[in-house]
Amino acid sequence: MSFKPKIISFLCNWCSYTGADLAGTSRMKYSSNIRIIRIMCSGRVEPTFVMKAFREGADGVLICGCHPGDCHYHEGNYKCLRRFKLLQKYLQQMGINKDRLRLEWISASEGKQFAQLADEMSAKISELGPCKVKKVMETS
Amino acid sequence: MTKNAKEEKQKLKMAIYWGAACGGCCVSVLDVHEKLFDVVAAADLVFWPIVLDVKYKDLEAMPDGHIDVVLYNGAIRNSENQHIAMLLRQKSKIMVAYGSCAHMGGIPGLANFSNKKELFDRVYNTTETTINPEKIQPKPFNKVSEGELFLPEFFDEVSPLNKVVCVDYYLPGCPPQTERLVEVFMAIVSGSELPSKKSVIGAFEKTQCDECERKKTDNKTIKEFKRPWEIYDDGETCFLEQGVICMGPATRGGCGVRCIVGNAPCRGCYGPPADILDPGAKMMSAIATMIDSNDEKEIEKIVSQIEDPAGTFYRFSLPSSIIKRKIM
Repeated sequence: MSFKPKIISFLCNWCSYTGADLAGTSRMKYSSNIRIIRIMCSGRVEPTFVMKAFREGADGVLICGCHPGDCHYHEGNYKCLRRFKLLQKYLQQMGINKDRLRLEWISASEGKQFAQLADEMSAKISELGPCKVKKVMETS
Repeated sequence: MTKNAKEEKQKLKMAIYWGAACGGCCVSVLDVHEKLFDVVAAADLVFWPIVLDVKYKDLEAMPDGHIDVVLYNGAIRNSENQHIAMLLRQKSKIMVAYGSCAHMGGIPGLANFSNKKELFDRVYNTTETTINPEKIQPKPFNKVSEGELFLPEFFDEVSPLNKVVCVDYYLPGCPPQTERLVEVFMAIVSGSELPSKKSVIGAFEKTQCDECERKKTDNKTIKEFKRPWEIYDDGETCFLEQGVICMGPATRGGCGVRCIVGNAPCRGCYGPPADILDPGAKMMSAIATMIDSNDEKEIEKIVSQIEDPAGTFYRFSLPSSIIKRKIM
């Protein structure tokens, strides 16, 4: 059986989730590997969330927030960006490919972009193969 | 003499053991100085390899539950550590994970950035001072003319104590503050009510920052991360506000902010405050938001000044963190 990656995505309530909703209501087809969790702001994504996702078997994590300057809470997405950069560095040190974690800006009107992003991310993670974190944590 | 009075007179039986540790924890017990007489008056030390001439067979000969309190310091690195931890658990009523290594893996836990193969290769083959043309490496069993020799088996990764046995209490610190140990010990001796099982004792619920007396403002911003020697520390301003990484926000108080009082930033040996799963993740969360820039390139540049995020934020806690080892 071919590998179907599990991708956990954290979508902010105000832009990205609405964007994903638009993709749905517009009946756009996109990869079903993306599992969406709605959060109030991308600034709410703690490193713990990302680590737990990997630990529990995610092959990739996608975080989406409002475009810079558009955050409903003024600067939540900037906070997310700063954490994201630090987290990527940490993940690399832990032997996890940094491309497994991705941050993108999706506005409420960007349904099409979201669908494209989902397909792109899914293809990228399929190429990288299964993430070994869960297996290693269970066997060690 | 009534039965109760007889029981009261009985001295507490205490044991101290080291697993993968530096020995600092055992020394911290000796740091009670003259209070050691109070300890010895109230307790018999029945097993303590650094101080007493005891053998493992003496421990094995004890009946189950014979020891009242055991302070286990050090992480689980090899099969000997694991075996003695299990044996002590069987022989003891209260098992205390004493010090950072037993609590969270500690400094030896940083070996989880590597594995057995890599470590052995480095130590027995590739260090600059090694001459080992036959590539001899330690093996658990070795046949010699006198019979078979046994060496403890080296594990692929380091674990905290609670990975192999059920731990009753955790007394954190590298090493734990001796005053805290005396308090805990006196509480056990006096028979006062002990905290609920599995809790961290001898430390506060809140963070170092709550205890720290340096001047702090609400709005912390960092434009450039610096090493302690790169700043002129005024001895008063919060380390983070001076751009130096200080683990205070994600570390439990209780040590008396020893390092900060000594003008060195906190390194996080007391572990996370209550209800926090992963101190490193919390610290990354906190420190990243302090970065004073909204520009992607500039953020990257500032983040690159944190040379070793995993090693810095998980200095004492890697084996008990969410992703407890490097994926190899």
